[in-house]
Amino acid sequence: MLSDITLGQYFPAKSPLHRADPRLKICLTIFSIVLIFCAGNFFSLGAAVAYIGLGMALSRIAVKLYLRSLKPILFLVVFTAVLNVFYGTGEPLWQWGVFKITQNGLVNSLFVSIRIITLILASSVLTFTTSPTQLTDAIERLLRPLSRLRVPVHEFAMMMTIALRFVPLLLEETDKIMSAQKARGADMESGSVLQRIKALVPILIPLFVSAFRRAYDLAIAMESRCYHGGGGRTKMKVLRFGRGDWLVLGSAVLALGAFIALNIVFPPAVAR
Amino acid sequence: MTAFSGLRERRGKAYRQAYGSARRREANGLTILETKNLTYKYGAGTPFEKTAVEDVSLSIGKGEFVGVIGHTGSGKSTLIQMLNGLLRPTSGQVLLDGQDIWQEPKKIRQVRFRVGMVFQYPEYQLFEETVLQDIMFGPKNMGLPDEAAKARAVQAAAFTGLKPSLLDESPFELSGGEKRRAAIAGVIAMDPEVLILDEPTAGLDPRGRDVLLAQIAQYHKERGNTVLLVSHSMEDIGRVADRLLVMNDGRKAMLAPTKEAFARGEELEKMGLRVPQVTKILQGLQKLGFPVDPTALTVDDALKQLIPYCKQRQAAGPL
Repeated sequence: MLSDITLGQYFPAKSPLHRADPRLKICLTIFSIVLIFCAGNFFSLGAAVAYIGLGMALSRIAVKLYLRSLKPILFLVVFTAVLNVFYGTGEPLWQWGVFKITQNGLVNSLFVSIRIITLILASSVLTFTTSPTQLTDAIERLLRPLSRLRVPVHEFAMMMTIALRFVPLLLEETDKIMSAQKARGADMESGSVLQRIKALVPILIPLFVSAFRRAYDLAIAMESRCYHGGGGRTKMKVLRFGRGDWLVLGSAVLALGAFIALNIVFPPAVAR
Repeated sequence: MTAFSGLRERRGKAYRQAYGSARRREANGLTILETKNLTYKYGAGTPFEKTAVEDVSLSIGKGEFVGVIGHTGSGKSTLIQMLNGLLRPTSGQVLLDGQDIWQEPKKIRQVRFRVGMVFQYPEYQLFEETVLQDIMFGPKNMGLPDEAAKARAVQAAAFTGLKPSLLDESPFELSGGEKRRAAIAGVIAMDPEVLILDEPTAGLDPRGRDVLLAQIAQYHKERGNTVLLVSHSMEDIGRVADRLLVMNDGRKAMLAPTKEAFARGEELEKMGLRVPQVTKILQGLQKLGFPVDPTALTVDDALKQLIPYCKQRQAAGPL
C-alpha cells in the first residue's frame, strides 16, 4: 500500500530530538550532509556516520523504520555502486574484455554507497522527528532575512505547509480511487509499459478533479476566515532556543572538530 | 389521517413497488460467502499498528440481504474490503462458494467481478468521457465485447434510475445524485453475484435516499443477488435487510435476523448505535401498556397496527 512509504514521514514520539528546536535540526541536517560530502577518508566519513547514528539513537525511533526509508533509493545505491566498481583506476584485480575491477574501484563504490545511504538517513532523522508544521515554521524563520529582498517568504512557507498537509490526504485519496477502480476490475499489476500507463488514466483523472475541488474549497475557507497573508500575523507556538538546544549545538561543534582532525591526519582514500 | 397518507405519497412510486408487494426473499440455505477467523492489522510493524478487524467468522447465504452496521471505526469498511480481495487479511480466510479467494492471488480480479463493491462517495471514481463509457469500464475489464458491455451498461443505468438522455453526457456535468447513480451502475453492470454497498446513501437528501434504497431493494428482488449494505442509519437498514451484522471494536457483535437484532436495543445502544426511532416509540408504548408489536421497523409497519387501534379506540368513545 502507498502508506508503507516512510520517506519524509513524521513519527510522533517523546525524545530529545523531537523536543529540539526545528531550526537547529534543519541546520544540523545540512551540516551533517556537508560533512558527508567533505569526508576524504574512511575515518572522517566514519565520524560523520557516527554523528548521524547518534542522532538516530536520540530520536528513539525503531531502526526498522529507518531501514524502510532506504527502500525507495535502494536501486540508486546499487546502480551507483556497480558503476563505480568498474570505473576505478590502477592495477586491475579482475579483467574481462573492457570490464575491469580495481581495488580503487571497490573502495570508491563502498564510499559512494555509504554516502548516499547516510544522506537519506540524515534527512530521515529530520523528517521523522519534526512535524511538517514545525518544519515549515522553521524554514520561514530561517529565510526571514530574504524578505528584506522582497522575497515573499511567508507565502512560500504557507504554500509549503499546504502542500505538505495535502500529501497524506492525496495519498489516501489515491488509495481510495485505486481501490474503487480495482473493484471494477482495473488491472494495474500486469501488462506492457504502455498498458500500465494507460491503466493510470482512471486513477489520475479523478485524482486531479478532486485535487482541484479541494484547492477551491480551501481557498474559500481561508478567505472566509479573512486570511490576508503574513503581515502582522503572530504564532501560536513561538520557537524558542532552549538549554537542550545549546547542548545539541555543542555536540555539533565537537563533531566538526573531530571531523576536521580526522580528515587532515589520515590520507584521502578516494583517489581519482 | 391526511398527514399519514401524505407521508406515504411523498415516498413515491418506486418505494411502494419495492416494499408494497412481495417482501423479503428467504435465503435458500446455500452459503455464498464465508469468513473464518478473519483478522486485519493496519500498519503492522510501525508505531501506528492497529487491529481493525479481529477474528470474524460468519457466513452469508445466497440471495440474502444483509445489513452491516457499526460505529465509526468499528471495522466494517475494512471487513468488506477483505470480502472482495481488495485487502489481504493478516490472518484468516475468505471463502467464496467454498473456495479461498486468495488461493490463486493472480486470479483475484475474477473474485472482484463476482463480488462487486460500491465504495463510499463512489462519484469520485468517475473518469470517462461519457457516462455510458464509464459504466462500461467494469464489463470491458471483464473482457466482454463492446456490444455486450454496452447492453449491460444501459441495463444497469436503468436499474439505478439514471435517465437514458444522461448517458452521453460527461460524468462531470451531472448533479451529485446522478453521479452517485452512475457510479453504482458502474458496479452493477458487472452483474456481481454479491453486491456490497458502503453507505450508498451518505450525503443524499431524504428523498434521494429513499428512492435509492428502494431501487437497491428492487434490484435485489429482481436479480436475486446477495446484497451487503453498510449504513449508519438503522432506519434504512431496518427497512431492507433480512439479517443484520453488527460490528463493534473490530469484532462481530451480532449476526441475527433484523427484528431479532433490533429487539436487543439495549445492547445496541451500549455500542453507540440506536434502534430506529419508530421502533423505540413502539417499545415505549408497549411499556406503557398499549397492545403493540414493538418489532415493527418502519413507519409504515407501525402505522399498520396503530391506525386500526386508534379507530377502535375512537369507536369505543372517550375513556
